[in-house]
Amino acid sequence: MFSDEQAMLLDTAAEFCRKHSPIETVRARLDADQIDVATWQEITELGWLGINVPEEFGGLGLGLSCVVPVAESMGRYLMGSPYSGAITAGECLATSGSREQKEEWLPKIVSGAIGSMALTETNGNWILDEIEAQAVVRTDMLELSGTKCFVTDADAANFCIVSVNVEAKARLALVKREQIPDGNLHREIVIDETRRSYQLDLDGITVPVDQLLEGSDFQAIEFASLLLLSAEITGGLVGSIHTIVEYLNTRRAFDKVIGSYQALKHPTVKILLDLEAMRSHLYHAATVLAEGKSDEAEVALRMAKAHGSAAFAFAGDRAVQFHGGFGFTYECDAQLYLRRALWCQYQFGDEAYHRHLLEPMLLDQVG
Amino acid sequence: MTNATEIELNEFREDVSFWFSENKPADPGFLLPETFMEVSTDSQFEFLRDWQQKVYEAGYLGMAWPEEYGGRGMPQVFQDIATQEMASQRLPFMPNTIGLNWAGPLILKMGREEDKQKYIKNILSAEDMWCQGFSEPEAGSDLGNSQCRAVRDGDDYVINGSKIWTSLGTYAKYMILLARTSTGGANKYAGLSYFLAPMHVEGIDPKPIQKLTGEYGFCQTYFDDARIPADCLMGSEGEGWNIAMVTLTFERGATGGQAGGIASMELNINDVVELSRRAMRNGKPAIEDPHIRSQLVQLITESRGNQLMAARAKIPALATDWPAAVPMSGKLRGSELKRRMCQLAVSLQGANGARFVSEKAIDGGKWQRSYFNSFSGTIGGGTSEIQHNIVGERVLGLPKS
Repeated sequence: MFSDEQAMLLDTAAEFCRKHSPIETVRARLDADQIDVATWQEITELGWLGINVPEEFGGLGLGLSCVVPVAESMGRYLMGSPYSGAITAGECLATSGSREQKEEWLPKIVSGAIGSMALTETNGNWILDEIEAQAVVRTDMLELSGTKCFVTDADAANFCIVSVNVEAKARLALVKREQIPDGNLHREIVIDETRRSYQLDLDGITVPVDQLLEGSDFQAIEFASLLLLSAEITGGLVGSIHTIVEYLNTRRAFDKVIGSYQALKHPTVKILLDLEAMRSHLYHAATVLAEGKSDEAEVALRMAKAHGSAAFAFAGDRAVQFHGGFGFTYECDAQLYLRRALWCQYQFGDEAYHRHLLEPMLLDQVG
Repeated sequence: MTNATEIELNEFREDVSFWFSENKPADPGFLLPETFMEVSTDSQFEFLRDWQQKVYEAGYLGMAWPEEYGGRGMPQVFQDIATQEMASQRLPFMPNTIGLNWAGPLILKMGREEDKQKYIKNILSAEDMWCQGFSEPEAGSDLGNSQCRAVRDGDDYVINGSKIWTSLGTYAKYMILLARTSTGGANKYAGLSYFLAPMHVEGIDPKPIQKLTGEYGFCQTYFDDARIPADCLMGSEGEGWNIAMVTLTFERGATGGQAGGIASMELNINDVVELSRRAMRNGKPAIEDPHIRSQLVQLITESRGNQLMAARAKIPALATDWPAAVPMSGKLRGSELKRRMCQLAVSLQGANGARFVSEKAIDGGKWQRSYFNSFSGTIGGGTSEIQHNIVGERVLGLPKS
């Protein structure tokens, strides 16, 4: 199932990202301190921040499956953007927020407020509700403690959603940017330099207790994150293949265009077939998620992320290798894809992790 | 019959389903082949031929072929339902694959009236088995280079040369034969002609080739001054290449009109998972081995991706960068996946992985045999290596190797 909305979005988003994120821009922004405000403004005006926000809160109510084409296109052009974090934060509020919380925040997200997810901790665990950060209730305030990392665009974000244990149960709390002292945010060096990642020290941060989200649907956060990463991976594979093919068609060695050597040609075809499988997994996952089939969606999303993690890492790895000596330089674009691939691989579970979780679902249910 | 209603189709499906479940052949007590290319003993052949005959007599084969030639003249959808039912009940396949799927539809499309009268009914009833004489020892995938000669002599053509990979060669009564009637002409294709040739003729000698499995199933067919009647020629002299290309569109399923019925007993990954519950490794079912579990999940994932691909690639918006990638890689993906599924199935069996077709082997050794036979997919019709070249060059636009 593929809707007209999805098709239209894929078309528009691909064109938008091609225009706004040519490789020169990607490189120029690698050590930028700030997000690209003008582009964010355009994304907001296009309505892409409200795609998955229910209509009653000012969004388009099209669901996450219609975010996929946008995320895929951003992946295709290596765009560095707070988009995925903002969409996930919106999804999190829509699934775990109270009526008041949704009314307060969802319309803001639609009109450009940036949300960021603060979930992972320094131990690097992927299990979202097994965390160490704490929130203690003192009358009407929540006192937070602990450390979060891989909080993307935290500095530019209007709010973060932080996972914390409240009375030994993992919950979600919304923390506004102004409630975070500047000294509590530290830029992290991460492998994908298109991403602006921060460590967030929670010690000393206190927020009103009504900023604790009513629900704690960690599965919704994981599903959204897996879908968005899978979309980004799909686009990343497309970009890697174009980069490889262009070089293989121009570079000459031993009197031949190197693309004629089967040692380079055959693995490139493998990457292409990996992409084709990935796109199939991705849109299938988006479809079953949209249909609300939770068990099927979990299988499809974990399959997509497992397949994609391995495939994109392979594509990035080969992209570097196939560029030979040039591939070893910072100047070569292959490293941008490899770095993106490794970020995507290790966020929200790599292939081994998801395969392991798939085992009981696929193997132990007879009939 | 005009368009069938949904109710009629559902009723029909129930009837077919019931008939097949009631008439399903009993386990023959020996290992059946997976496709018509693997029929290697008389008992296998007779079992499958009798089954095809029974299915035809019950009315579930050739349902959409014209009544006057032995079909039932019904809408294709009825045959499709019957075929789906054969597949879902995992019944033995129809052995006259070349007759039902390639030669039959070709004769119906391009043959003379007397050809249709003579051949079609017996193709359906399995009375006359058909084989194919296209490939030659020196011209594998390069059909246009066929060297087998056919020389007109009075009312006969005299055939000399040889054909290879003739499946069912020893059982077939007829062969669709591509032979060279002229060495002149504008190009190598111009001298080729197409024959509906009898096999039971002096000078035609199908010699079984032993496969890596130790079984038979293919022949090399030798022609030594074999005389076949001149009216076996299909079309005119020199039209052989075009008719062969039409045949290939039936063979590859690119054109409809086949008689129906399944042509192979396909393995799928669920069979391997099922095996992993029974096959033992170090005293425990293989499915409990962490390494095996991970491998199974990987193959299930790959298999799912492959299944989803055809439908997804039909959506133009989702096939933008390299739209030919999916259609052009079908054989490569399918055959390599099958080969690796078979490898994994063998690896589930502990030391018994080292057995081969025999009573003591797990499932009679069918997994080992399937693994070996899976090379027919990764080699036949252009090797996987050639397929990589084709996809790299025609889909990605890389230079020729």
